Amino acid sequence: MADLIYNIAAIVALAGIVLSFARLILGPTIADRAVALDGMTIIAISLIVFIAYYSNRVIYLDVAIVYGLISFVGIVAIARYLERGI
Amino acid sequence: MEILGAIVTLAGSILLFLGALGILRMPDVYNRMQAGTKATTLGSILFLAGISVGHYECGCIGKIVIIILFVIFTNPISSNTLARAAHFAGIGLTKRSVKDDLKDDDIEKRGEEK
Repeated sequence: MADLIYNIAAIVALAGIVLSFARLILGPTIADRAVALDGMTIIAISLIVFIAYYSNRVIYLDVAIVYGLISFVGIVAIARYLERGI
Repeated sequence: MEILGAIVTLAGSILLFLGALGILRMPDVYNRMQAGTKATTLGSILFLAGISVGHYECGCIGKIVIIILFVIFTNPISSNTLARAAHFAGIGLTKRSVKDDLKDDDIEKRGEEK
């Protein structure tokens, strides 16, 4: 029962990634795409943690931490580029 | 205990989905940013907390707590930086918005300098 609910939760979160990806393709400005990328990254961190427990590998949690760090730095770099240029 | 964690995880995933729906459906960069940051932050906190409650026998709750703290600290910062950059890059509001305080402040400051 619990496993079924966990799987449903993962599928719903995956549908969220698909919707954000649609905005990433459609978005008229760079800021729209950056926002969509930010949302996709947060959902992907959650799904990486889910996969870490699903496959019983604790090492994937470190992957989630590093992925969050890289996404934060990337978003700040995009924002700085938008504001002043490189 | 496992059922409780699963229900919390489901609530978190529904919040994540709603955040993504807001990113797709909102009319403006700033509205999209608001939907995509607040709902997504709460959703990921609930998702991770539900997973760590359901699988507490793993003994690695510390890393989950680190990830949750990381999301709480960095998500508003990146969103704030991006909104500020979008405003100063000249990306306009939607036509239905009523008030823009940052623009008014800029106009007042320029008036004082002159």
